[in-house]
Formats: sequence, structure tokens, C-alpha cells
Amino acid sequence: MADLAQALPRRVSSLTLRLAVALTLLLAAGGAAVALAAIAYGHNAARQSYDRLLIGAANQIAEALTLQDGAVNIDIPVAAFELLALAPQDRIVYAVYGPHGTLITGYEGLRGPAPDQTFSDGSFTGEPMRFAAVDRRFAERSLSGTVRVVVGQTTRARGELTRSITRSALIAVALVGVLMSGLAIFAVRSALGPLRRIERALAVRAPADLTPLDLAVPREIGTLVATLNGFMARIDRQVAATRRMIGDASHQLRTPIAVIRAQSELAIGEDDPARQQVYAQRIHRRAVSLGRLTDQLLNQALIIHRADAVPLDLIDLRRVAMQGVEEMDHVARDEGQAPDTDLRLDLPEDAVMVKGDSLSLIEACKNLATNALHHGAAPVVISVRVEGAMAVLAVQDSGPGLPRDQWQDAGSRFRRRTSVSATKVGLGLSIVDAVARAHHGEMSFAQTPARKFEARVILPLVGEGQG
Amino acid sequence: MRWRALMLALSVLPCAALAEVRPEAEQSYGSPTAAQHLLVRGTTDLALFDPVLQLFVADHPEVRIDYEQWGSNDLYNRAVAACAGEVQAADLVISSSVDQQVKLVNDGCAQSHSSAATAALPPAYNWRDEVFGITREPAVIVYNRALVPKADVPQSRFGLIDMLRTQGGRYDGRVATYDIEQSGLGYLFAFADAQQATTFGSVIEAFSRAHAVTTCCSAEIIDGVASGKYLIAYNILGSYAFARADSDPNIAVVAPTDYTLILSRAALIPSRASNPATAGVLIDFLLSQAGRQALAREHLYLEAAEMRGEGLLDLEDGDSYLRPISLSPVLLAGLDQQRRAHFIALWRSTFSKH
Repeated sequence: MADLAQALPRRVSSLTLRLAVALTLLLAAGGAAVALAAIAYGHNAARQSYDRLLIGAANQIAEALTLQDGAVNIDIPVAAFELLALAPQDRIVYAVYGPHGTLITGYEGLRGPAPDQTFSDGSFTGEPMRFAAVDRRFAERSLSGTVRVVVGQTTRARGELTRSITRSALIAVALVGVLMSGLAIFAVRSALGPLRRIERALAVRAPADLTPLDLAVPREIGTLVATLNGFMARIDRQVAATRRMIGDASHQLRTPIAVIRAQSELAIGEDDPARQQVYAQRIHRRAVSLGRLTDQLLNQALIIHRADAVPLDLIDLRRVAMQGVEEMDHVARDEGQAPDTDLRLDLPEDAVMVKGDSLSLIEACKNLATNALHHGAAPVVISVRVEGAMAVLAVQDSGPGLPRDQWQDAGSRFRRRTSVSATKVGLGLSIVDAVARAHHGEMSFAQTPARKFEARVILPLVGEGQG
Repeated sequence: MRWRALMLALSVLPCAALAEVRPEAEQSYGSPTAAQHLLVRGTTDLALFDPVLQLFVADHPEVRIDYEQWGSNDLYNRAVAACAGEVQAADLVISSSVDQQVKLVNDGCAQSHSSAATAALPPAYNWRDEVFGITREPAVIVYNRALVPKADVPQSRFGLIDMLRTQGGRYDGRVATYDIEQSGLGYLFAFADAQQATTFGSVIEAFSRAHAVTTCCSAEIIDGVASGKYLIAYNILGSYAFARADSDPNIAVVAPTDYTLILSRAALIPSRASNPATAGVLIDFLLSQAGRQALAREHLYLEAAEMRGEGLLDLEDGDSYLRPISLSPVLLAGLDQQRRAHFIALWRSTFSKH
């Protein structure tokens, strides 16, 4: 169970939850904005409609004004009150003022709109009230001046209309919100659907199945699937390489170790010091050889690993060749031998650029050269050249070379051969082959017209401008 | 009936004399030691309202009620003074001058009370949850059954106009109606008539031609009809007419079929009431089934069906001729000083033409 818990990915938070939170915030903000707008709208709409009632009533009263013997006369029209009673729960006040501000009829002590204003807000016995004023000008012989009609009404109906408009708007907002939430949930589900398909496809796979996923997925997730497939391919290659290496190692190490063991047993059983000395020398020789083999095996493993793991640099193939020769000289010097004079370099004047891992390529170069020195005939020439769009690292010798029927599978053919010597051609070629493949190139062989044998590593050339 | 004359006398007194104004009648109900005390002021005759209040205190032994009967103008002036804090406020004010009650509400002198009973009231009988119509009393035509020939009996205002035109001699000086200057209720009915139909002009013209008598009060008019002093009376409050018709076979009642005004006595709880909660309980009782039945027994609550049952209405179809006087601020127009003065001037000029 602990393993399973570890196998689960680190949880940040659910995608759905995050979307839900974001959507909630968005809806809340939008809802609040719409609500505020609705309240403002409701307030305005209610104010406008009931202000019209007030003005209508005031106008009706103003129209009922008459002059009689130089005095303003008013028969308050019932219709004006019926109009105001359209707001059935609201109280009404009114007043009619003569030209000098004297109250003609109506409520005393009202504080209506200022002289140049039509509407005002105030209160009447503790309840908020809205006032409207209408002026009527008289220019008669008997009376000249303005009669002002003030009508006021409490604001219950306005409040109710405001609330009802706002409520309707908010209900609409809530419905839209619910609808949008539903759509969002649906969208998230369907967007995450392909992921679930991938999950199911992976879950039902056999443990060792590392073949690419073949699923129809949306473009946005296509890259994920491509990356996943690339990742699996890399694992697949590494698993295969590891398996191959283990196979090679067990195959190639078992025999020399068995020989060393047999000879050491002989040495133990031998009484004659001189013969013991002979065995000891044999064991030493074998051990040195085994050491080299082990080095080479590990190198191969390292190179195969690097092929996938190390990013490819832009390198000059000429430097690879020179480095290879130099290192071979070093090795020879370390082993107390003179540098091989049969080794020559044939390099062009211009750089030959490829994308690659120099360590692997140098190793491949060394292996080819070593094979040529050991199995071919001097002189051995390491050359670098450009052939069309390809860069070629070639090692040429004057020997008979590899039989033509073995060219095809030289990369794998010799791996399995029982080999007690690290100097044997097999392992070297399989490393070269692996390196060439890791660099999207290939290993090939050729018999030149001058009857010389040539082993090549052919790599894609990187042009000047291609960085 | 003496207090009616008293009311008339008092109503013309200036407001300065308010402190000396006394109720027309007073009566207490319930135990003097009851926990809740309720002061009710109303225009309704004690004789009619007494059984209703008796029933209430029987149902609510925890309440003691002091009922004061006032003339409508005194009651209004007192409520205005109470609203200003000058005199003690009642806990409940019930008046047939519904325009004055509406004005009290409009001027912020009432407080709201809401319950299931008030919510069930039609909008015409409930304004702002502050004033409630508790009775249903039609404005009717009363005539003397013995003195008016069956054929003459008018069923509508048109009938009344025709009768006065064709039989002018017989009814000359023997038609009565309220004096709208003296009677708030008369003014209210006349004003409502003026709003309802154009026939009102013809009616008062016919009245003036027949030298109709205008007088102050329901009781006086009904007494006159009963005694034969008047033959017919117009716009009489149905509750008083029915009460008299119960005991006097000469009194007959007609609800006009062109339209019948329905007055609903208005109850409100003054803003400065000391026991508004119990006042609310009394309102809810008056609006309840039991309360309505008690009011109906005193002819204070008449349903259309009942009126038809009593043979008051000839029409078969519903109650479309019933015109409730709505408790709404429209009534304020009638109270406007100038409008009132003009209306009364018009009335007076019509009646003094001949």
C-alpha cells in the first residue's frame, strides 16, 4: 500500500475544484456587478415611473386652478388622487401656494422642491417621501404670478417595484449562473475525457508493453500523448539496452572468469614454482584481458545510455578523429608501447559539423581503428569527409576486411560470439553500431576500388546556418 | 337620542374647548381587575355596539374595555390632538367617517397591525395595514310603508327622480336627506355619489324642486319617516334603518339598484396607543367569523346575499351594484378645505334656489 501511495502523483488540487473555484469567483463577481446594476436600474425605473405619477397628479391639480374675483380657486380633482392611489400603500400630501407663497389649500408646512427644481426627496411624519412641484403662471388683469402645486408621496411602492425588478434580475442571474456552472462542469468533464481514455488505455496494458499509445485525442492533448510515447520509447530503448548489456556481460564475462578460475585452481594444485609462475602469468594476462573487456562492456553500456540521456552538441567530426588518435596513443603509451605509426589521419580543411556526443563518437572511432589495427593491414587511415548531406567518419585499411556476407548484421552478429578477448572485433562493432544509431546515422562497410576495406560511421551533416 | 343633539352642539365648538368636550356616552366591559385595559373610542351607537363588546370580553376575560361614544368630528379632533400628544390616545378608534380615518392614517397618526384576518381583507377595506373596514353598511332609501303607495316606491335613483317629478305635490317638503354641512357621513355619501354617477346632479335638483329637508342625523330622519313627517329619506345608513325596521313595521328600506354605496366603519390603532397589541386582538375578533356574526345581528354587517334575502334588492345578478367606499387616499380629495367649501356651496345654492 505504501508503494501505491508513493506511486500516486503529488496532488496539487483537483482541476475540477480549481475550475469550480475560478468559475464561482467569476460568477460571484459577475453576479455582484449585475446585482448592483439591477438595483440601480430598478431604483431608476421605479423612480421614473412613480415620478411620472407625481407630476401627472400635480399637473391635474394645476389644470384645475381657476381665477375667481382675483383669487386663485382650486377644486382638487379626485382623478389626481386616484392617479396617486395607483401606489396603493402610499400616503399622499399636497399643497397649493399662491403667487406670494401663501398656502391656498392642502397641507401646511411641507418642504417641497426648491423654487427651480421639479423633484425633491424629503420626509413626512417620519416616512421618506418624494415631492414633485408644478408651476402654473397666471398673467391676467386680476392676477399675475406663479401658482405652485406641490405633491408628495411616500416611497413604499417605489421600494416594492425596485425590489421586484431587482429580484427578477437576480433570479435571472442565478439561473444563468446555474446554467453556466452546468455547462462548465460538462465542458470540464468532456475536456478531461481524453485523459481518462489515456488512463484506461495505460491501465489495461501488459506490464512490459511500452509500444506507443494509439488514441484519437484532441490537439491540446496530442502533445501530451506524443511526449508520453517518446518517454515510453526512451524507457523501452533503455530497458532493451540494459537487457542486451546484461546478456552481453553474462555471456562474455562467464568464459574468461571460468578460464581464470580453472587456471588458478591449476596453479594452486601445482607444486613446481616454475610452472606456478607460468600459470600466474597466464592468469595475469587473462585478468588484464578481462579488465579490458569489462571496460569495453561498461563503455558500451555508458555509450548506449548516453545516446538517450545526453543532449547532442554541435561538434566537429575532425576533432573526434584527432581526439580518437590521441587517446589511442595515450593508451599505447600507458601500456609501455610506442604509438602506432601505422595510424594516419586524413582530414579536410573545413570543419565537418554534426550533432552528437563527442565521447560516444570518439569511442566509436577508437573501436573502428583498433579493429583495423588488429585485424586489418597497415596502413590504417582515419578520414573525415562530406558526402552530400552526410558526414562520414571512415577507417580504412589494406586488409581483406570483414567478409561481405557479414556486413549486414555486423552490429549484432558478434555480440553473442563467445569471446575471451576484448580485442576481438565483435564487441567493438556493436558499440559503433549503437553509437551510429543513437546519432540517427548508420554504420556501413565498403570495399574501395583500390581494394581497401573501409568501415564508416555515416551521420547527418549539420549545415553552416543550421546552428 | 339626546346625545345626538349634544354631538351637534359639540361639533360646532372650537378646538380650544377640546378639553371640556365629553363623550356622548361611556360604558365599561369586563372585570375591573383584568390585566389588559383597552380604551376604545367610536362613533357607533352604544346600543348597537354593546352586544359585540360583551361577546368579546366574554371570550377574552383578561381584557377590560372602556368604550367612549363620540360624535365623528369630536372623535377626529380628539385623535388629532392625541396624535400630537396633547390628550391621552385611545387604543382603538372606530369611526363611520372613514375619510377622516384615512386622513389620520395619511398624517401618520396610526400604527400598523397585521394578522391573517387583516391579510384576508379585500384591498378596499385595508389601507396600509393601518386602517380596517370592520362593518358593511349600505346607504339606503327609507320610506314609510303606510304612506307611500307601492307603485311609487323607487328602486333606484332614476326612480326617485321620476317619482319626485311626476308626484311632486305629494312629496313636497316630505323628502329628507342628511345635511352635508352638519353630518360628516352625509357629506361622505354625497361626495361619493358625486364621484359615482352624473345622476347626482339630477338627484339634488329634484330634491331642491321637491323642497327636500336636510337634517343632521340618521335617527332624526328615521324618526321623521316613522312618524309620517317625512315620507321618504335618501342616503340613510342601512344599519340604523334596519334596526328601526325590526321594531317599526312602517319603516321600509330599499337599496338602490343602480348602485348602492357600502360604508365600512374604519378601525385604526392610534400611533400613541398604550396597548396596541390588545387593540389588534379586538380588531382580529371584529374581523373573525364570530365578530362578523355579532355585528350582523346588529345590522352592522350586511352581505349582498342577506340584502337579497330581505327583499331589498331586485337584481338577480351578483353584487356589481355594490360600491364599497374604499379606504384609500382618494377620500382625502373630499376633505380638501377648498373642495369641501365648493361642494357645500354648490349643495347650498341648489337647495336654496326655490
